[in-house]
Amino acid sequence: MGALFLRDVRLGLRAGGGALVGILFFLAVIAVVPFGVGPDLKLLARIGAAMLWIGALLATLLGLDRLFQADRDDGSLDLLIMASDRHMLALTILVKCLAHWIVSVLPLVIASPLLGLFMNMEAAAIGATALTLLVGTPAITLIGAVGAAVAVSLPRGGLLVSVIILPLTIPVLIFGVSASYGAVEDPAPFLAPFLILAAITLFFAVLGPIAAAAALRSSAD
Amino acid sequence: MRLIAENLGGERGGELLFSGLHFAVSSGEALMVTGPNGSGKSTLLRIIAGLLVQAEGMLRLEGAPAAFEGLAAAAHYLGHLNAMKPVLSVDENLHFWQSFNGRGQYSIAEALEHVSLGEIGHLPFGYLSTGQKRRVSIARLLVSERPVWLLDEPTAGLDKASETQFTGLMRGHLTSGGIIVAATHLPLGLEGSKELALGAAS
Repeated sequence: MGALFLRDVRLGLRAGGGALVGILFFLAVIAVVPFGVGPDLKLLARIGAAMLWIGALLATLLGLDRLFQADRDDGSLDLLIMASDRHMLALTILVKCLAHWIVSVLPLVIASPLLGLFMNMEAAAIGATALTLLVGTPAITLIGAVGAAVAVSLPRGGLLVSVIILPLTIPVLIFGVSASYGAVEDPAPFLAPFLILAAITLFFAVLGPIAAAAALRSSAD
Repeated sequence: MRLIAENLGGERGGELLFSGLHFAVSSGEALMVTGPNGSGKSTLLRIIAGLLVQAEGMLRLEGAPAAFEGLAAAAHYLGHLNAMKPVLSVDENLHFWQSFNGRGQYSIAEALEHVSLGEIGHLPFGYLSTGQKRRVSIARLLVSERPVWLLDEPTAGLDKASETQFTGLMRGHLTSGGIIVAATHLPLGLEGSKELALGAAS
C-alpha cells in the first residue's frame, strides 16, 4: 500500500501529472473576483470565505476524472482489481484518494491564506477558512472517487464526473463556509458546523471507497 | 494444483461468444487458446482472471498453495496493455508491482537480466520500444510469484530472440509446477501443451 501511495504521489509530481492545474485554476478564479466585484473592501471581506471555498471546490473537481482513468488506460486498473484478495479494493482506492489529495488538493489549502489576502479577509477568517478547507476538501476527493469510478470507462467523462458529484458536495460547501463565517461573526457558531464538516469527511472516507470499489468492479470489461 | 472449467460460457456485450467449454490444466501444463479474431480468447482469459463474470458454468482452482486463495489471487495476468507508467523508470515500475503483489523468486535486476534488459532499468518506461516494453511487462511476471500465468498474446511485438527467451521462461515456470493459459495466434514453442480451439464468431 505504501508503494501504491508513493507511486501515485510520484506520478502526480512528475511532468504531466496535472498537480499544478488545480492551483493555477484556483489562483485565476480568486484573482479575478476583486476585479469583478469592484473595490468595495467590506464586500470582498464578507464574501471572501465563500469565494475561497467555491474556488477550492471547483479546482478540486478539475483533476478528479483522471483518478482511475489513467490506471485503466495502461491496464494497471485490471491488476489492482485482481489483487483485491491481497489488498482490499476499497483500501486501495482510499490510498489512491489520499495520494491524489496530497498532490492536487493540499497545495490549494496551503495557498488559500495568500489568496485570502486578495479578498481583504481578516486574519481570523483566513485561518478559519484554511482550517475548514483542510478538514473539508478530503470529503470532496472521496465523493469524487465514486463519480470517477462510475465514469471510468467514458473517454470524455471529465465534466460528467463533476456534474455527478457536485450535488453531493453541496453539504460540504455549506458547512465549510458557515464554519468559516462562524469564526468571525459573533452570533454564528464555529464549532458545530466544523464538527459536522469533519463528520462528513469521515463518513465519506468509509462510504466513498466502498461505493467506488463496487463501481470499478462492475465496470471492468 | 488443477485449474478446472466446467461448461464455461462467456459473453461480451450481451452476445454469447462461447459456451460449454470443458478443460482441466494441471501443474506443469500449458493450455494454448487459439481461434480467429473475435472468438473470445481474451474474454476467456479475463473471465479466468476474475475481471469478467462468466455467463454460465464453473471455474475453480484446486490444490493451490495456501498463500494464494482464489483464482484471481493465484494468477498473473499479462494483457494487451503493459500496466506500466510511461513517466516512471523501468525500475520504479517494477519495484511498485513487486511491493504491491509480493516478492517473488527474482529480484528486479535478475528479472530484467532474464529478458535481456539489464542495462535500461533507469530509463523512463515511455522511452522504450514496443518490444522492450513487452519484455519489461514479462519481467513483471518474474518479480512476484504466482502459480498461474494468464497470457494474452504474450509475444506481440517481440523479436525472434526474445520469443525464444520467453519460451525458456515459460518452460521454467512449468517445470516449477506452474500453470500457463495463453491466448495466441503464433505457436509459442512449448512442447506437449494442450490446445483449446475456440470457434469463429458467427
